[in-house]
Amino acid sequence: MTAAGQPPSGEARIIPLARRPARRAAARPPAAGRPAATDPSPDAAQAGATVSPMGRMPTTGRPSPADGSPTDDASPADDASPAAGGAPSPDAGARTSKSRTASRSAANTASAASRKRPAGDAARVAELPDRSRGAKKPAADSARTSKTAEHVDGPASSATVDGDAKPTPRARRAAARGTTPAAATPASTGARKRTSTTRAGRPTPPAAEPTATGTGDATTATGGVGETDPVPAATAARAARIAPAADMAPTAGTAPPAVADTASPAGPGPASDTAVSTRRATATRAKPSAPEIAAAPGPDPATLPDVDAAPIADPAGLERALAGMLAFLRRRITGDYEVDELGFDADLTEHVIAPLLRPVYRGYFRVETRGLENVPDTGGALVVANHSGTLPVDALMTAMALLDHHPAHRYLRMLAADLVFSVPFLAPIARKTGNTLACQPDAERLLGKGELVGVWPEGFKGVGKPFSERYKLQRFGRGGFVSAALRTGVPIIPCTIVGAEEIYPMLGNAKTVARLLGLPYFPLTPTFPWLGALGLVPLPSKWLIEFGEPVDTSALTPAAAEDPMLVFELTDRIRETIQHTLYGLLMQRRSVFF
Amino acid sequence: MRPRRVLVTGVSRPLGADVARALAASPQIETVIGVDTVPPGDDLGRTRFVRADIRNPLIAKVIATAGIDTVLHLNLIANPVVAGGRAAMKEINVIGTMQLLAACQKSETVNRLVVRSTTTIYGSSSRDPALFTEDMEPRQLPRGGYGKDAVEVEGYVRGFSRRRPDIAVTVLRFANILGPGVDSPLARYFEFPVVPTVLGFDPRIQLLHSSDALAVLLRAAAGGHAGTFNVAGDGILLLSQAVRRAGRPPIPVPFPAVSSLSRLASRLRVVDFPPEQVGFLAHGRAVDTTRLREVFGYTPRYTTAAAFDSFVRERGLRPTIDPEQVVRAENLLLGLMARRRLVGAP
Repeated sequence: MTAAGQPPSGEARIIPLARRPARRAAARPPAAGRPAATDPSPDAAQAGATVSPMGRMPTTGRPSPADGSPTDDASPADDASPAAGGAPSPDAGARTSKSRTASRSAANTASAASRKRPAGDAARVAELPDRSRGAKKPAADSARTSKTAEHVDGPASSATVDGDAKPTPRARRAAARGTTPAAATPASTGARKRTSTTRAGRPTPPAAEPTATGTGDATTATGGVGETDPVPAATAARAARIAPAADMAPTAGTAPPAVADTASPAGPGPASDTAVSTRRATATRAKPSAPEIAAAPGPDPATLPDVDAAPIADPAGLERALAGMLAFLRRRITGDYEVDELGFDADLTEHVIAPLLRPVYRGYFRVETRGLENVPDTGGALVVANHSGTLPVDALMTAMALLDHHPAHRYLRMLAADLVFSVPFLAPIARKTGNTLACQPDAERLLGKGELVGVWPEGFKGVGKPFSERYKLQRFGRGGFVSAALRTGVPIIPCTIVGAEEIYPMLGNAKTVARLLGLPYFPLTPTFPWLGALGLVPLPSKWLIEFGEPVDTSALTPAAAEDPMLVFELTDRIRETIQHTLYGLLMQRRSVFF
Repeated sequence: MRPRRVLVTGVSRPLGADVARALAASPQIETVIGVDTVPPGDDLGRTRFVRADIRNPLIAKVIATAGIDTVLHLNLIANPVVAGGRAAMKEINVIGTMQLLAACQKSETVNRLVVRSTTTIYGSSSRDPALFTEDMEPRQLPRGGYGKDAVEVEGYVRGFSRRRPDIAVTVLRFANILGPGVDSPLARYFEFPVVPTVLGFDPRIQLLHSSDALAVLLRAAAGGHAGTFNVAGDGILLLSQAVRRAGRPPIPVPFPAVSSLSRLASRLRVVDFPPEQVGFLAHGRAVDTTRLREVFGYTPRYTTAAAFDSFVRERGLRPTIDPEQVVRAENLLLGLMARRRLVGAP
């Protein structure tokens, strides 16, 4: 549970979708014992679609023709288990994680497969003691065992590669046990690792959930082996159960080759007939998993190269980092860097500004990002978001979200108020980080160039509204952003930011001071200006940024921008979308600060 | 119709001289007449120089007697020091243009007018769009000096083209020109050993290499492209970046002090950076050159950065901070690190 529910801060934030379902799944540990077919919940369906270890698993149980090959030794139970087959494995629920991104159809097919699987395996395992009496059979079984053991190895290693989901000691033990007898073959582990690394980005801790059930089942498995244990085993559970079986029949000669084969079907299989057939079966079964991996939901924020994970630990890495820093300094001193015509300095943004904001983004506001798949990888798009927080920190965080967690690492080019460009020190920084004046020509220029443009149409009305009006959207400007999008034919992506309202709760507005300073408002917060500069420290609220379904404007001609009614309607629609998403997110939010 | 008899104003200054020389070298052109108040410093080929002040009606006689068909009006002075004071500069820029336009309006033979203008007319303010296109109005009109002159000149040119629609008028708005022979306030500015900048601001500047300016003027003289065009090198440089590329340490000066400093500088005849140009040092300016490339059909060979680098090279500016030293320092540090690793390894 610990690993499943509370992955260490870093990654879980990125896939907030995962968290609630995961928690829910974990909250019902007896899921394993649940009557089989009663739980074809969407969770399970989606879980099948996830590609992490589970996604691979269905292959084992897939009723492919090849499945028949080892069935010469299979008892009728193998076929007679449709009832048990309906049960989703508990970890399936836990792994709903990314599933929402998966297409429904994919989910359905995959889940169909996964529903069959556990039963088949369970049944096969159940046969073990009987068949171990036969001379030949143990080999086959241990082969299968080791194969399953590998599956354990898969998730376990993926968890470690992940560096995120710490496998609980139990999980590790289970994995170790699964691997010891058979999968110790380096080839197999290597192969597994490869697959698992491709998945390593998947932030849901895959090993965690299996552990919980795994040990529970393991005892029953070792004790009264088999019987009609219809428990749709979690990977670890099966491994744990099977491991002793492998010990029972340690036909050392046959087992390891079988394992090697599963890893690399091309490898020589000098084993007994059954082992060979198992191998063939596994090989064929293994195949379908490949397209499934390919069909993995597209944008996976967690697969992004983690900037913090730079190999600074080893001296060579340190040296490289230092050399990079020196090169950066050299570029800055000699002026050898590119600045685009709007004044955006990617070099500075990436090497100075982003590293400064990153800790605020991750550690301070703990920003969770959702719906990044709604932001296209290439081409222009207009991100329209609600504005709040007295100071436009929300714009910075949105830009960070798209830079760090979008698969294409997109720079968000923001449209800022003219005030920004007349304030010394702020003006050059704003331009260099990709801001430009919020005016029609600039917006259209950027969108036409295929840039991702961010706009906060509420402007000062939004960012400087009193705390009492928090999360109430203000008027959305004059709809200029809509006509810019219409003229350039780019999608409009509504973006909802929750958490920014609470960073500087604006209790009052010193209008006279504001007028004297030429500012649109002068905030009085609980800390500012009473505590001076200390009052500028924002409150550490917990943030959520959700990118919604894009509103496609390509169907409308640029002439539509001349139709004020249409522009107003579209503006209103986007405003409503954001307001509703705001309410939804606020309902889900447990507290302001956590 | 190809131009045959060309009148070039402002021929004694580098750009005018270059244009006159290039036109004179072209065999298709019968006559090139150069007009200026001072004799040109260098050889202009077969250009006939007429020492005339375009501020008096003499210019009309020149046009009439030579049967001029193309007028290149390049006599827009940016630097008051050259003209001998701000008042004289304004006389030359505005009254001179009026006289020239009056002469052209009377002329039977003139069928093409090319006017050199400047992007300064867009002004510089914090509310500027990132790039100005030719159709955009300045957010804040230049309040004095060169920019104001240019605005007035363009106003008269517009009036002229209304009255003589048969004459093709090309207005070329040049960005700041830098090049080997260019003596502009900006060129002087970058020649300082330390460069004063406005504290807290880092403007975008756009430059045009003098060879591109020449090519554009010749193309405009050759004809066929009436209209207004922004002319600038692609891309921009931030002032800080330019200063670094020149190897000059910048000295940030608070905004209010900049005006007085520039006034002091012009009093001391060090550089004349008119106080009204200070906005440029704070907010900069950049223009869109799409129309130049697509309608006018010319793509500048030098980008802004390349123009600046070549300026630094051709002027032989000795960098205060030598980039080679910086590279050497970097290599030294890298070497030290490598050595430390080698020593530490065994």
